[in-house]
Amino acid sequence: MREAKPSRPPVRRARRALIPYLLTFPGVLWLALFFAAPLVFTLLFTFYEGSLDFGYSFTSSWPSTYLEAFRQYDTQIVRSLIYGVIVTVATLVISYPMMYWIAMRGGRRKNLYLLLILLPFFTPFLIRTLSWQFVLADEGILLGTLKNVGILSDDFRLLATPVAVLSGMTYNFLPFMALPLYVALEKLDLALLDAAADLYSSKTQAFLKVTLPLSLPGVFAGSLLTFIPTVGDFIDSQLLGGTNTTMIGNVVVRELLVNGDYPTGTALSFILIAGILIGVFFYARALGTEELTG
Amino acid sequence: MAVAERSTAAASEAQGAPARGAQPRRKGWFLPTYTALVIAYLFIPVLTMVAFGFNDFTGKFNFAWEGFTLKHYGNLFDFPELTLALRNSMIIAALSTFTATVLGTLIALALTRFSFRGRSGLNLFLFIPMATPEIVLGVSLLSMFVSVNLERGFGTVLIAHIMFSISYVVVTVKARTSGFDRNLEDAAQDLGASPWTTFWTVTFPLIWPGIVAAGLLAFVLSLDDYVVTVFNAGATITLPLWIFGASRFGVPAQVNVIGTIIFMLGVVYVVVSLLREKRRAAGPPTPGVLGG
Repeated sequence: MREAKPSRPPVRRARRALIPYLLTFPGVLWLALFFAAPLVFTLLFTFYEGSLDFGYSFTSSWPSTYLEAFRQYDTQIVRSLIYGVIVTVATLVISYPMMYWIAMRGGRRKNLYLLLILLPFFTPFLIRTLSWQFVLADEGILLGTLKNVGILSDDFRLLATPVAVLSGMTYNFLPFMALPLYVALEKLDLALLDAAADLYSSKTQAFLKVTLPLSLPGVFAGSLLTFIPTVGDFIDSQLLGGTNTTMIGNVVVRELLVNGDYPTGTALSFILIAGILIGVFFYARALGTEELTG
Repeated sequence: MAVAERSTAAASEAQGAPARGAQPRRKGWFLPTYTALVIAYLFIPVLTMVAFGFNDFTGKFNFAWEGFTLKHYGNLFDFPELTLALRNSMIIAALSTFTATVLGTLIALALTRFSFRGRSGLNLFLFIPMATPEIVLGVSLLSMFVSVNLERGFGTVLIAHIMFSISYVVVTVKARTSGFDRNLEDAAQDLGASPWTTFWTVTFPLIWPGIVAAGLLAFVLSLDDYVVTVFNAGATITLPLWIFGASRFGVPAQVNVIGTIIFMLGVVYVVVSLLREKRRAAGPPTPGVLGG
């Protein structure tokens, strides 16, 4: 950043030093009041017992709230994390070749291709997901047609199965993976690939030793941006899934908005955050060592 | 229907496509074909939505293609609750966009134009809300509003939407602000302009496109939000809340129409920005600076 000009009188310089704080104050205050403070209230709730009608009081047995919540919903918690991993891998596998081609060979049309990929996501999230529900319906345009032709048996179904939920999430979160990949691949210096070729590396070697390692920051960023919302998602599971695809988000919604069990609901939220942090930690370690040895 | 079927066919082909990668001429056609198939797959739900907004169906369920009609466009406001929800969403999106864009732009200006103590800490603090699952944002606001006994409704939804939009506004404006030529401001000041005049005649016009982009993003984020809203809406109904409720009984075709209109606005935005980019590439190096 630019230094204040030396000729400036000291009073103006002091006032100038205040400006950034004045500029940031209103926005930071808003986030402090409505992002940071609410997290504290959430944490407090996990230490309480009682109900909305009769009031809450602190309980020394709060660790059992966490343990109970975990024991009761361990299936959903583990399932959410597994779904998160599957969706992250699926979006990576689907978008990497595409973003590679656009970044490397897109030429003047790069931005057109990117906008084409983003365009479907201008449709509201819920309407998009309901549209999938419609496409995948038992007698819908996809399965109904295949059943009429006789390719599928009449009792074959996709809705209410993990496949439908996973494909819905893969669709909905694809841009979160694709865009960081593009940014990383687009920045790549093509001269490095020429250098690899000059040094007699094959196309495959050049890809594995140059392109792939240099795109890892994009893979990492994209994975985080995909994994986090996937693990917390409950709309895909609600609209496309059934009782055997319930995720932690569905449970949180039920505990808070249906059962009114605030201690359990808030404890589950913190278990969700903990699960995500643990996942990200191991992922960062795995990717980090790979970078060193590769 | 025909459109939807064509893209469905394209999608099933996309699943079989990678196996063909082993053929010798793959560099030439494999990746572009693959990309085209993925893009076709991305458009499946959108094209289905658009098509069934024109379906002339009888009875309660819009499930099978029965003929072309424009009647759902004419009867767009036939469901008073849907209309009300749409109105609420528009008002909330407009107010939250305005507030979040002002607050976020001020932060972005501070981050790009000044060095001050706590700058990197602030960057981290702004990143955390974007990295937090939406459901946690919703749950924690609910916990606070319940704790302080604040009735949930229009106001709490607005508070929430402003909150989750600020960071995105900062990131978007910052991306545009950090690239521009600081010498233009110095030149203005050397020519005798006060800092205030310099800001409004030089800086502001330069960062305006960034502010517009950030505002659009904030508007879409607000209009689209279900997760945070469902925890904090009380009796207030927004468009996503209404659609979610209606999805249990079958969504009316008017929802397809609303989705189509929003999608078409996106198309217009994309086309305009592509055209503008083309003009910028063709024209003199920095046309807007002196002329604007």
